[in-house]
Amino acid sequence: MSTSKQEQESGIKNPNPKIVLFLCRWCSGKGADLAGTSRLNYPPNVLPIMVNCTSRIDPRFIVEAFLDGADGVLVTGCHFGDCHYKTGNYKAYRRLSLVAKLLKQVGVNPKRFRLTWISATEATKFVKVTTEMVEDLKKLPPYWSNENGGDSDE
Amino acid sequence: MDEKKKVGVFVCHCGRNIAQTVDIEKLMEKVREKYDVELVEDNMYMCSDPGQNLLKESIQAKNLNRVIVAACSRDMHEPTFRSAAQEAGLNPYLVEIANIREQVSWVHDDKEKATEKASKIIGSTIEKVIRDEPLEPLKIPVVQRALVIGGGIAGIQAALDIADAGYEVTLVEKSPTIGGHMAQLAETFPTLDCSQCILTPKMVAVSRHPKINLLTTSEVVSVDGYVGNFKVQIRKNPRYVDVDKCNLCDDCTAVCPVVVHDEYNQSLSPRKAIYIPFPQAVPASYVIDEETCLGIDPLICSKCKDVCLVEAINFDMQPEIIEEEFGAIIVATGYDTYPIENIGEYGYGAHPDIISGLDFERLLSANGPTQGVIRRPSDGKVPKTVVFVHCAGSRDPAKHLPYCSKICCMYSTKHALQYKHLVHDGTAINFYIDVRTAGKDYEEFYKRAAEEEKVIYVRGKVSEIIEDGDQLLVKGVDTLLGEAVEVHADLVVLATGLVPSKGTQEISHLLKLSCDSKGFLKEAHPKLKPVESALSGIFIAGTASGPKDIPETVSQASGAAAKAATILASEFLEREPQIAQVDPTTCGLCHTCINVCPYGAIYLDEGVRRITVREALCEGCGSCAAACPSGSIELKNSTSEGIRAQIKALLQG
Ligand SMILES: Cc1cc2nc3c(=O)[nH]c(=O)nc-3n(C[C@H](O)[C@H](O)[C@H](O)COP(=O)(O)OP(=O)(O)OC[C@H]3O[C@@H](n4cnc5c(N)ncnc54)[C@H](O)[C@@H]3O)c2cc1C
Repeated sequence: MSTSKQEQESGIKNPNPKIVLFLCRWCSGKGADLAGTSRLNYPPNVLPIMVNCTSRIDPRFIVEAFLDGADGVLVTGCHFGDCHYKTGNYKAYRRLSLVAKLLKQVGVNPKRFRLTWISATEATKFVKVTTEMVEDLKKLPPYWSNENGGDSDE
Repeated sequence: MDEKKKVGVFVCHCGRNIAQTVDIEKLMEKVREKYDVELVEDNMYMCSDPGQNLLKESIQAKNLNRVIVAACSRDMHEPTFRSAAQEAGLNPYLVEIANIREQVSWVHDDKEKATEKASKIIGSTIEKVIRDEPLEPLKIPVVQRALVIGGGIAGIQAALDIADAGYEVTLVEKSPTIGGHMAQLAETFPTLDCSQCILTPKMVAVSRHPKINLLTTSEVVSVDGYVGNFKVQIRKNPRYVDVDKCNLCDDCTAVCPVVVHDEYNQSLSPRKAIYIPFPQAVPASYVIDEETCLGIDPLICSKCKDVCLVEAINFDMQPEIIEEEFGAIIVATGYDTYPIENIGEYGYGAHPDIISGLDFERLLSANGPTQGVIRRPSDGKVPKTVVFVHCAGSRDPAKHLPYCSKICCMYSTKHALQYKHLVHDGTAINFYIDVRTAGKDYEEFYKRAAEEEKVIYVRGKVSEIIEDGDQLLVKGVDTLLGEAVEVHADLVVLATGLVPSKGTQEISHLLKLSCDSKGFLKEAHPKLKPVESALSGIFIAGTASGPKDIPETVSQASGAAAKAATILASEFLEREPQIAQVDPTTCGLCHTCINVCPYGAIYLDEGVRRITVREALCEGCGSCAAACPSGSIELKNSTSEGIRAQIKALLQG
C-alpha cells in the first residue's frame, strides 16, 4: 500500500483503511438504509455485515476481523431501551467493552474499534460516525504494517 | 451440506439508481471471476415481472439451489424475491439480498470504489447463502382479540370498527374518560357542527358494545411477544368510585373541600378532587383525583363517602394488573399542543388574556367555564377586538417547532367565525404567514370568513405582544404592504401547533416503536404504509403519528382497524423460522444460554437432560449463540462459521 507524497504530508498513513461494519437489523441497519434513501454520502471503506442483533456478535468475531486484515471494526446497534430483543444491546455493550479493553491491552489503538448506537432515523449520525472512523484510521498505518499486526510499535 | 451449491447472482440496475454509480458490467465480471457461482445475470428492474421471470426461469434451467439478488435493501424486496423463488420450487430461505443500493450506489460517488464494495458485499452474501439451510416457517395460532391504546376519536373509531367486524377489543385509556381532545372542542371546521354532538354517540357506542372491554384510568405497562400473540400487562389504576354504583347525583362535589384546576377546561375554571370530567364522560361515573384527595392514605377527610347514598366511594381500591393476550395492537395515543409557556415573544403564557387555541375552544363551549359566552380571563369582559395569531411557535426552526401542524389555519379561521357569530359587533383579526386550507371544503370555509363574514386577515408575523393599560398591544408587520402594524386587542389567541403527547412518547419506548425527528411515531412507509409501524402487528392511528384533523384521524383509525382485522381473521400466522438450535453432542449443559435468553425460550429438559429451545418463544436474536462457550447453540442461517466466512469475504474480496 503506497502513500503519495501529498498524503504523507497531510499525515495520511493509510489512504484506504478497511473497516468491518456490524449493523443490526432493526435500528442501525435501517439507519444505514435511510442514509441511502436520503442520498447522504460517506466513504466506501466501511464494509457492512448485518446480524439480527448486536448480541449475536461473538467477541471473537472482532478479534478475528483484525486477524483477517481489517484496519478497524465498527459495531452499531439500537440505543439503550430500544433493542428489538429487549436487552441485546446491553449484552453487546458488556461483552464488547471487554473486547475493547483487551484490544487496548494487547496494543491495538482504541481508535480501531468502536461501539455505538444508531437509531433507524439517525442517518446523519450514521454518516458522521462512519466518516469519522474512516478519517481517524487514515491517520494510522494499516493494521498489518508490521509482521505482528497492531500498533504496539507506535 | 453435501449437494453441490449452485449459486445464481442477479444484479439489478434499478433503472439508473444502481447503474449510475456501480459499473454493472464490471461487477458481473468480478463476481464471475472471483466466486464459485453458476450464473450471473442482470436486469433493469429485478422486481419487475421480467426480472422475476428471469429469476424463476434461471432457477429451473440451471438447477440453482441458492440465489442472491443484488439490489435494494432487504426491507424492500426480500419477500418479492423469496416468493418468486418459491414459485420456481426453491425454498425461500435460500434466497439472500445483497444491498447495493441504499448501502452502496446511493451513498458513494466514486464508481470504481462503489463497484469494488458491491462486489465484496456480494462475495460476503455468497458465503452466507451457501451455508443457508432450507427452513419452514413456523405456524402459530392467532389470538383473535385486539388492543387499542388511547381513547381519543382515533382509538374510539378503531375499537368500534374492529368490534363491528366481530372481534373482541380492549380499549385502554389513561384518563378517566374516553373522548380525547375532540371532547374539548366547541364546533368543528369546516361544517361548524358541534363536536360533542358528533362525538358522544360514538363514546356511548363504545360503552355499550358487547365486544368492547373499556379500561379507563389504565395504562399498558409491558408488552411481550409478537404479531398474533402479544402478551400485555395493563395496570388499571383505582378510580375510588364504583362505576356500577355511581348514579351521577353530584352530592359528592358539593361537600368536597379540595379545589383544583379543571384540566378539561384548560384550567380556566376550578373543579373538586372528586369530579366527573364532563357531563357526557364515558364511563358515566365520578372519579377521585388521588393526587389531591384528602381521603386516600392518610384518611383525613371522608365527606364525599359520608354523603354518597349508593356507597359508590371506596378509598381502599388498589391498582389492578390485568394480563391479556392480543393478536394485534393499535396505538392511538394522540397529541398535546405546543405550550404557550415556551413562546417568549408572546409573553410566556403569563398574561391571562393571551391564551391558546384550545383555551379558546373552552371559552366557546356551552359546557365551558363561561357557558359559551366569550369572556376574557382577566376581568370577565366580553372582548371587542380579538387577535388570532397563526403559526404561534410553528414553522420557526430557530426557536420553536420547525413544521406546519396543518390544522391551525383552519381552527383559527373557525375561531374567528365563531367569535363573530357570538359577538356581532366584534372585530376579529387573523395574523398569518400563509393560509393553508388543503382539505375538502376548507378553502370555501376560509373564503366565507374573509369575504362574507368580514374577518380581517393580515399577512405577517406578530413579533411581540405587550400589555397596554387593560388591553394588549400586538406588534407585527404587514408583509403585503411592507408596513409595521400595531393593533390593540382585548384578547389574543395563539394558534399553537401539535406535538406528540406524553403518552405517545411513553408508548413508543414501551413498544419499541421508532419516532421521527419530531417525536411522532414513525410509520412503516410514509406513503404506502401510513398506519403500519415497523413492527408487524402494531398499527398507528391519528395524531400519534403527526398533526391531523378529525377526518384524516378517523380515516386512519378505520384503516388501522381494517389492517388489524386482517390479522385477526387468520387462524394461523407464519413466523420467521430463524431461531436457535442446540447440538446436544457438544453441549455441556452449562446453562449460559438459558441465562442470556431474554424470552425464557431455552430450558433444560430434565427427562432427556438436554438443553431445548421452545420454538414459539425464540425470537432469533442470537444472544445465546454468541455466549455459548462451546459453540453448541447456533442461530439457524446465522451460524458463527457463516459470519466468520462473511467477514473474511468482505476483507479479502
Ligand atoms: C384548538 C384545536 C382545535 C381543533 N379543531 C378542529 C376542528 O375544528 N376540526 C378538525 O377536524 N380537527 C380539529 N382539531 C384537531 C383534532 O383535535 C384532532 O384531529 C383529533 O382530536 C385527534 O384525535 P386523536 O384520537 O388522534 O388524539 P387525542 O384526542 O389526543 O386522543 C388521544 C387519547 O389517548 C390517550 N392516551 C395518550 N397516551 C396514552 C397512553 N400511553 N395510554 C393510554 N391512553 C393514552 C389520551 O388520554 C387521549 O384520550 C383541533 C385541534 C386543536 C388543538
